[in-house]
Amino acid sequence: MTQDEMTALIARIRTHNADLYPLFSLEFGDAVVGVAPEELSSTACDLREAGFDRLTMVTAVDRGETFELVYRLHSRSLTASIFVKTVVRRDDPHIASVYDVWPAANWQEREVFDLFGIVFDGHPDLRRILMPYDYEGHPLRRDFEHPNIIRRPDYI
Amino acid sequence: MSLDIESRSSTLSDDGMPVEELVVNVGPSHPSTHGVGRVVVHLDGDVVVKADPVIGYLHRGIEKMSENRTYLQIVPLTDRLDYVGSMYANWAYCRAVERLARMRVPERAEYLRVIVCELQRIASHMMGIGASAADTGAFTAFVYAFDLRERVVELFEALCGARLTYNYVRPGGLSSDAPDGWEESVVDFVHALPRKLDELDSLFFGNAIARGRMKGIGVLSAQDAIAWGATGPTARASGVNWDLRKHDPYSVYPRMDFDVVVGERGDAYDRNRCRLLECYESARIVEQAVAQMHGGPVHAEGVPRLIQPAPGDAYDQIESARGTLGVYLVSDGSPRPYRMHVRSAAFANLALLPMLAKGHTLSDLVVVLGSLDPVFGEIDR
Repeated sequence: MTQDEMTALIARIRTHNADLYPLFSLEFGDAVVGVAPEELSSTACDLREAGFDRLTMVTAVDRGETFELVYRLHSRSLTASIFVKTVVRRDDPHIASVYDVWPAANWQEREVFDLFGIVFDGHPDLRRILMPYDYEGHPLRRDFEHPNIIRRPDYI
Repeated sequence: MSLDIESRSSTLSDDGMPVEELVVNVGPSHPSTHGVGRVVVHLDGDVVVKADPVIGYLHRGIEKMSENRTYLQIVPLTDRLDYVGSMYANWAYCRAVERLARMRVPERAEYLRVIVCELQRIASHMMGIGASAADTGAFTAFVYAFDLRERVVELFEALCGARLTYNYVRPGGLSSDAPDGWEESVVDFVHALPRKLDELDSLFFGNAIARGRMKGIGVLSAQDAIAWGATGPTARASGVNWDLRKHDPYSVYPRMDFDVVVGERGDAYDRNRCRLLECYESARIVEQAVAQMHGGPVHAEGVPRLIQPAPGDAYDQIESARGTLGVYLVSDGSPRPYRMHVRSAAFANLALLPMLAKGHTLSDLVVVLGSLDPVFGEIDR
């Protein structure tokens, strides 16, 4: 897939959402498209139809007031990959699950739910996966505190 | 046997016969779970109705620990991800750091990385095949596979002093150059390898009992493999012709002449046999890499001990023995990563187990699990 084709694809995907969410930049490498959280499902369907048949990675980044969700898609037919990023509010972390589009999201969304506490609406089996079922708290949040986490000194 | 009967529930079938569903715990401490993993199995007689993998017994929070360490201090942590293939995690992480901090790697370092990772593929596949052989009763093949793995581990010990956790690939290059005579011993090893693999092939894949236990068990369709994000030999055995080394080449792989091994049926037999055939290709790659490699530095000039990349994020991936191993790094400009995420191939492949094991017997579940080659260090992180 050439650069121009990718730019055209991103432009087509972005017509769905308002200008609320600027194109996030990934410093080097693959193309990135930022979408509004309520547009994620439709964007996912569009990209699936455009040929992105594999969901490689789902993860999140704690950005303070918001959580940034990062999806990496790949297409063998287009030989291209693309990152989809969206944000959810920390005080109401809900986002639509993409399990119906790519079943690969099953465990990966469970992991993000487990470690960040982001709820994926429409997920068939949203349980903790790495931490014990009765665990309290979400360890990968930046404000997570635990007696065993001691900030290491700044030596090199 | 650590197969504990957890509960019994009794219902009546359509014709009024009592049907008991047994819930059986396989693991977390059981030789056939390939590590500390647990599978909660619902059985109807001997047939699996539902298999639910319970993971996390080896969760050390490596992603969380990384937020509190400098970029260089994280390299030893990545050794502990996939402890059967530490070189892969080293390399995937270092590629992400190099992308983030715009480092260039000397050519000799790239060649040595390819050599160690292809040797690692042989060692890791031998572990996978050996464990599957033990599961299917072909114990002789297990010993042969582990003997081959031992040869690779000895080469790594001569290279960097460690047998399991190498800490060899560093951001910007390698920890050290290969010692004198190491390249010759590598060439000797890969020259002798095909004949030994032939032996293993006839011992394991020619064994009627092992074949009978693996053929037609846990069939994965190409469609499901793609939809569920399976990668590596697990996907290729189902006919998905996808190998990052060939189709999204990185490092010096474009200069290598090798074939991608693709299976047809996608059953446990094909998955394990794909692994074996990949070892022949790895031996070819190692031979070419040693022949093409020239002298020179193995570490980039001017890499600071305290790497402080500009704010931003980067993702890079390599083809590990289990599939696509990716590392996603977010920097906020400080000497520690703001976020480090490992996209684990074994994690994605293990998610297939409930689908593959359904309808098979409990003893076949063990074969299916072995054919996915899970390494719980990488799954639980």
